[in-house]
Order: sequence, then structure tokens, then C-alpha cells
Amino acid sequence: MIVSEILIIGGGPAGLSAARELKAEGAESVTIIERESDAGGIPRHSDHTGYGLRDLKRVMSGPSYARTLVERAQSSGVVIRTGAMVTGWSGPMSAEITSARGREVITPDAIILATGARERPRAARRIPGDRPTGVMTTGQLQNLVHLKHQAVGTRAVVVGAELVSWSAVLTLREVGCATVAMTTQFDQPESYAAMAIPGRLALRVPIARRTRVIRVIGRERVEGVEIEQITTGRRRIVECDTVIFTGDWIPDYELAQSNGLEMDPGSRGPIVDTGLRTSREGIFAAGNLLHPVDTADVASLDGVHAARALMRWLAGEPAPGTAARVVADAPFTWVSPGLVRTGDVAPARDRVLLWSSEYRAFPKIVVRQGARVLSRRTLPWPVSPGRVFRLPWSMLEPARGTEDIRISLV
Amino acid sequence: MTYDVAIIGGGVVGCAVARELAGFDLRIVLIEARGDVGDATSKANTAILHTGFDAVPGSLESTMVARGYELLSEYAKATGIPVERTGALLVAWDPDQLAALPKLRDKAEKNGYSKCEIVDADEVYRRVPALGPGALGGLTVPDESIICPWTTPLAYATEAKSRGVEFRLNCFVESIDVGPDTTTLHTRSGDITARWVINAAGLGGDVIDRMLGYDRFTIVPRRGELFVVDKLTRPMANTIVLPVPTEKGKGVLISPTIFGNVMLGPTSENLVDRTDTSTSEEGFAFLLEKGAALMPTLIDQEVTASYAGLRASTEHSDFVVDIDAKQRYLLLGGIRSTGLTASMALGEHSRELLAEAGMDLTARTDLPPPPQMPNIGEAFPRPYQRADLIASDPEFGQIVCFCERVSRGEIRDALASPIPPCDLDGLRRRTRALMGRCQGFFCAAEIDEMMRVGGDDRE
Repeated sequence: MIVSEILIIGGGPAGLSAARELKAEGAESVTIIERESDAGGIPRHSDHTGYGLRDLKRVMSGPSYARTLVERAQSSGVVIRTGAMVTGWSGPMSAEITSARGREVITPDAIILATGARERPRAARRIPGDRPTGVMTTGQLQNLVHLKHQAVGTRAVVVGAELVSWSAVLTLREVGCATVAMTTQFDQPESYAAMAIPGRLALRVPIARRTRVIRVIGRERVEGVEIEQITTGRRRIVECDTVIFTGDWIPDYELAQSNGLEMDPGSRGPIVDTGLRTSREGIFAAGNLLHPVDTADVASLDGVHAARALMRWLAGEPAPGTAARVVADAPFTWVSPGLVRTGDVAPARDRVLLWSSEYRAFPKIVVRQGARVLSRRTLPWPVSPGRVFRLPWSMLEPARGTEDIRISLV
Repeated sequence: MTYDVAIIGGGVVGCAVARELAGFDLRIVLIEARGDVGDATSKANTAILHTGFDAVPGSLESTMVARGYELLSEYAKATGIPVERTGALLVAWDPDQLAALPKLRDKAEKNGYSKCEIVDADEVYRRVPALGPGALGGLTVPDESIICPWTTPLAYATEAKSRGVEFRLNCFVESIDVGPDTTTLHTRSGDITARWVINAAGLGGDVIDRMLGYDRFTIVPRRGELFVVDKLTRPMANTIVLPVPTEKGKGVLISPTIFGNVMLGPTSENLVDRTDTSTSEEGFAFLLEKGAALMPTLIDQEVTASYAGLRASTEHSDFVVDIDAKQRYLLLGGIRSTGLTASMALGEHSRELLAEAGMDLTARTDLPPPPQMPNIGEAFPRPYQRADLIASDPEFGQIVCFCERVSRGEIRDALASPIPPCDLDGLRRRTRALMGRCQGFFCAAEIDEMMRVGGDDRE
């Protein structure tokens, strides 16, 4: 057993699975610091099925999935401290923690950042208008409905049409709130066909495509939103008493940034290599902090991947060599991991993850390093806004040296 | 029952006057149309404690701002209102603006403020490296400060209440009858009779003034829209960056906020509707354009909040303050954004005017000590950072609002305070809860529950 103390910041799927893996690989002391009163992360309040496929090999609801991950971590000997928050750093490896116990500074041997992601709220999307009650993100909605058993309104407009947006529609329906419109700025609804098609059939939600929200209307309670068809410029007001801003994810990146880690301007998360190492030795990162957002099971498997790299590092395995940056051309907005080191491990699940602002049914991808073409392939799955695009690692694997690796959609 | 004084308006000015007069043997009622104090113009402004360097010399505003700066600086220390002396830098972006700087310095001197200095472009960039290209020079105002615009009226109101002032919230004045000895205010929640009436009704000041038989000013609600940018940008703006006022109008400012963010704004647009605090497409486009030129790296960052405030501007260039002894009526009208700084001076000035008009002012000797307000400024130790406080009460260690690090103990105390919030927005102004970058993604449901059960929920 390696004598060590490992701190994991964030008790969602990535943090919980990382912790369990660390214990399984023989780490002595693994502590998760979770600021919520319960660990489990976002699946706790996503009360629909579809969780657990890739990591647990069975499908279950969000809350069951969250409970299962917590139980697995606990039974492996992980210490989960809930109601405790890392509020800052008193040194590069020294986390300041506030909890009902008081103030503490913990300086562990290694850290995994697994702080997850949040949806951009209305203000960050710079949508003007009135500021009435009834405007919220999916996260707030599902906290209200599933954890606090509160009702919302009766007529909702859901902004966004990606996976989480349909999750919002389901939650709204559960509390008797009809979704009168979904808006997406894209031509194609972003979410998975498996979810969107039955969703559209069963839920009968009208989707306004290539549409943006112009303003929110209503002094006390929401009375409506003004929307604009982007192509025609035509504007109209949709009456509603609730507006849910969904998706448009941004990582909870502030702790990573305030630690001084090198950050990716595209995703706003920290830059990592294929071993999920950040720019500071001893600090690793996993989950949707890096790729806002992929599904919970992918975040969970990230955690396992980071844990293994961390254990190899603790065991004294020499750090891999210098790195090449991975960059992705528009319409890709970010790529993760952002660094590839010659001779390093493959990334989690042998996939490179990207985010796109455009749709392509059969994307042709070219990967170059300098003048050299590493690979060129037409992939049978789409590039689609609002969901992660997964590129096989084999397309980047031939890369050597430090010259930038460039991924392009042609 | 007849009050000695009825103050109409529970903004920063009305609350300051109430606190001041409550130091004397008077029965005072404060009437506010909204559900909370400081809930209109007072809550949405640029939150600057002004030296008054650029006021019109010789104006009442100039006198009140200079005196108010002194009084409020002291009061803030005594009560825990957060103030940071960040200083300000007026930046000239064209030759006209550069040429205007010496005149502004002279004007500051006429206003009794002699610490302004003209600096060159290098010095401007040394002070604010994040500024966009093109600055030609600047003028420093070392004592301009930032202040919490929410704690200030709340501190006045809290002290006024402890001194016995009655607060009538959600009380809308519909008409007024002036009698020989008393005046009756007919409100939607019944009549209120008082010997003296003080009009501190802000955006409704001219309407109340007309109810009392005058026609001397008209309020034009002037909308100002602002962006509040993520706390990670705060190092970009450690001082208030002011535009140079010229004939072509005022530009926008960039200012650190007392909560550790950076603010960009305001726009300036005359409206008709005195209740329209919506933000607009045009306003946002203007701010983004101005922001991109002033500080390009700022506007690339995440916007945490946007809001709009309405200033009570009038056709007069100065505050409209007048006393009518016969009618026992004092008007404090047309108090614009400098009203926050001037508030305590306006309280003092009101007391002097009332004394001259024959009000019997007997100082009380049994006054309670000033209130200790929760200091919600980012530059001051917050409860979540204080081991001593958490040891004595673990609820201060339970962070509920993660972005702003607001603890369960603070929310509980705000809900139990002498002037409790009436809604989530009021709770936000007292504790910072929900005003952070996630805007409630994580915590709104929890805080909403605390509000519903009165903060006593313990799992």
C-alpha cells in the first residue's frame, strides 16, 4: 500500500468513481470534499432513466445511479465529506476548506479536480428584458422539483433542444407544466435521436428551430418571451409563465483557474493530457470540468482513468515527455484532452472529445501534425451541436513530438 | 393617532432622514410603496461613494455630496457598511477629453477637493494595464470609493427602527389632504395623519409634490443598464475607471464592485414608464461595444448579472430641496445617483431646515447604539472564512450559496433581522445569496426552501 493522502474535489460521478478506483488500486487515504449536503452530483436530481450504461453496464435512473456510485465509493473505504467546500488555495497543493467543523487547510499528496459543470444562466447568455420570477436553469428546476417537491408554472418555454432540455421537459411534465415551445438556434435539434424522436412523439413539443430568445417579458412573474427566427428575422411573443434555460454548459472552472492551472479558452476548463494531468504536477482533473458536458457515465470513467494515472505517478513512474497541443478548427469550439505526450497512455475510453457549433451527418475528419496528415476518415456518427463528438484515439495516435496536432472538419 | 412626521419614501434618502429625525423626541412613520426599503432607485446604481469632485460648484448637490461623503464614511465604519477606497481614474480617449482634464481639476478645487492629479498615458496604463489601446492621459481622484448600495439604506432603516420609527411597507399614497394642523395621507392601506410630511418619494417625488399643490418639477426616469462581470476579472479593475464628461455626453464607467466583481455601465436613456427596469437589446449592444473598446479582455469573460436602474432626473440641474413651513411640508426631490453619497447630509440638512421652520427638536438621550450590519463586502472577512465564528455557530460553516459563499447562518440571521427581506431579491441584497455566477443553478431551491420555512429548517 502506498502511504498517501489524496483529495478529490467534487463528489459527482467523476469524483466518486475516481475515489473508488484509487482505493481499489491500494491508495491509503482518499477523501472527497463535496459542498452539497449529499454526494452524487447532478444525477441526484435528474429523475429519469439512461444512467449507468457505460460504467455500471446497466441502465438506471439518475438518483439510483448517484446512490449506487456513493455506496460503491463508501464500501471501498473512501471518506466522503459532504457540506464541505473548497473555497480557495493557501498554496499550490493546499486546499482551504469550510464546513460546519470550521476552517481547515489540507495539503494532500495529490488532488483530483472533479467539480463538474453548470448551465449558463440567462444573465451569462446576455438576454435582456424584465427580471421576473419563473426564469431558471434545468439544474434549478430539477432541484426544486425532485429534491424540494415544489411546483413551477403551467406553461413553459424551454430554451435549447439538447439532451438536458428534454430532461427539463420531462421534469416540467411531472409537475403539470406544459412545454409550449422549445427553441434551438440550430437547424437540427441537438439531442440524441434515441431521446429526441420518442420525446417528440410522446411529448408533442413544438420546436422552433434557428430561433433565439430576444427578451423575457413580465414584471413580477414571467408573462412571455420574445423569440426571433434567425433566418427570416421574424419575431413573435410566446406566452408562458416559466422559462427554462437549458444546456450551454460551462465548467465550474474557478478553483482550477485560481490555482494557476493552464486553462483552455475553448471549454474554459483546465488543459489536461491523455493521463488527465493538469499543468501542475500532482493535480489531475476528470469529468465535465474538462468536457462540458458529456454523459455521467463518461465522467465516471474519466474518474477511473485519472485515478490510474495518479496511482502510477505516486508509484514513481517517470512523467511522460514533452507535449504537443491538440487544437481543433471551427466549427469545433473545444477539444479534450488538449495535450498529447509521445509515449503516454491513450485517453479515457480511447476517445478524444470535441464540441461543435454546426451539424454534419457524416463528418469527414482530418488530423494533421504540421504538414503531416496523421489520419483522414469519414465517420458514421454525426457532429452535432449540443452533444460531445467522440473521435477514435487511433486518429491521433501516430502523433510524435511537440508540434501542434490539428483536427479539422472538411 | 397623529404622527409628528410622515416620511414618504423608503429609499436611501428617506431612510437617512428617518434615522436622523428619530434622534429627537418625535413620532415618525416611514411610508414605502414597495415591500422593502431601498428597493427602487437605491438598489440599482453605480454604488460609488463620491467625493463630489465633478459636481456643479456652489450647488446644493456639491455641498451635500461633500458633507455626505464625510458622514457616510464615518457611519460605515461604525456600522459595518462595506466601503473600499479604490480611487478613480478619469481616462481621456481623444484630444477634447484630454483638454478637458485641467478644467475638471479646477472644478474639483472649487468643490473643495484638491487631490486630483493629471497623469500621462503611461501612468494610466501602469494603473490599469487591462485598458484598451488609445488612452491619452487621465485625472486621478484618490478618494472616490465604492460602497454597498444595499447595506446603506438597510443600516439607516435598521437604526431608525431601533429608535422607534414605524415602517409601513407596501403602503401606496393615493392622495393627500392638508389641514390646518395636520396632513392626512390617504393610502391603499388606510389613512395616516401627521403634522409634517417629508417627500422623499424618488421616482414618484413630483407626483407627491403635485398632491401637495405644487407644480415645480417633473421626474424623467433615466434608465441606466449595467453588466456585472465574473469575479475572476476583478484584478483587471482595481480602481474606478471613469469617462471624461464632455459636450458629446457621458461615456460608461468600469468599476470594481464591493462584492468583488467588475461593473460596466451605465447606459443613459430617458423613459416614460417609471416602473420599467427592464434591460434592452440596444443597451446590451451599446455596453458590449463600449466595453470592447475600454477593456477588451473584460468583455470576453462571463457576465454574471445585468440590471437596469432608473435615476430620478428632473429639468433642474440641482437637487430640488424646499421647505414650506405653512403647509409643514419638506421636499427632497430630484435626488439622482449622488443621493447615496449625499444621503446622511440630506438627513442633517432636513433636520436644520425643519428646526428653522419651527419644529420642536428635543434630542433624545436614550438612543440605542448603532446597528452592526453584516459586512457583505468581498474585501472584508466573510463568515465562511472565520474559524472563530464557525466555532461559536457551525451554521456559519455551512455554505449554501456556493458562488458567493453565503452560509446558512447568514441567511437565517437575515430572515430574523429587524427589517427582514420580503422576497428572494431582498435576501440577495442582505446576504449576496443567489447573486453569483450560477444564478441559482445549485442553490436556488435550497434557499427558496429556507425562505419558505423561515430559515429554521434543519435536516
